[in-house]
Amino acid sequence: MKARIVVVVLAAAGLVALQGCGEKPQATAYQHGKYQGKPDTPPWDNAPLAYTGNSVNQWTKGDQKSWTDEIKTRNKFQNEYVRIGD
Amino acid sequence: MARMKFLCDAERCIECNGCVTACKNENEVPWGVNRRRVVTVNDGIEGAEKSMSVACMHCSDAPCMAVCPVDCFYKTQDGVVLHDKDLCIGCGYCFYACPFGAPQFPQAGAFGLRGKMDKCTFCAGGPEPDRSEAEFKKYGRNRLSEGKLPACAEMCSTKALLGGDGDTIADIYRQRVTVRGKGAEVWGWGTAYGPPKGGKS
Repeated sequence: MKARIVVVVLAAAGLVALQGCGEKPQATAYQHGKYQGKPDTPPWDNAPLAYTGNSVNQWTKGDQKSWTDEIKTRNKFQNEYVRIGD
Repeated sequence: MARMKFLCDAERCIECNGCVTACKNENEVPWGVNRRRVVTVNDGIEGAEKSMSVACMHCSDAPCMAVCPVDCFYKTQDGVVLHDKDLCIGCGYCFYACPFGAPQFPQAGAFGLRGKMDKCTFCAGGPEPDRSEAEFKKYGRNRLSEGKLPACAEMCSTKALLGGDGDTIADIYRQRVTVRGKGAEVWGWGTAYGPPKGGKS
């Protein structure tokens, strides 16, 4: 009986300890055009500029994923191993 | 989803202050305010001198947000910490809370007048309509809305300063460290860019 209690307590302690390995969602909610009460427009809600021609696919206004892809593509230009070869 | 971060490679930073200049120029930052600066330790000691470009690090759990008495800060979906200058009262609590000294206060008057806080916006502007004149005057350029990354990182000549999606810049840095290998015995170009090809120095 005692051993069972010890096992249960240890398992519970392990679960509590594992909580530290988790990650709370850090992206905040965007509701009614506001972040925590402050108004702002997400960058993907703007039309791409005519002359931003780094990537083949420019983002579509309002499409977060296409904007993120565009930014990540541009981000990779900071890697000179890719840009000018190894 | 992108989570915006800066990463400065101390092995590569040559203290050129190009990032500081790029930031000041791009955002027309007023005199006396430095959103970004380069910190150097062991200045002049051969092999031990290291420089690092520092600005707002857009913390995941930002202390400035926690201490602000008027709650003027907010965090965007892509992890950029911004603030509303219309709410800021210029109290300076955020400056004391920030471990990087990022918040800056314009001092325009002769009697220690402290203006509203100004800091790095990750070139993401502020609450005003994107790319508007009002936004530019208060917060500087909104490059993210133009599909661009912060001017400081994109202008960095040695690519010491990386800025953008955290996962992407971590991948770039990881590859760089793998290529240049262990650099405890060497310093300078070898550490920064890897050993020369074909054994030539």
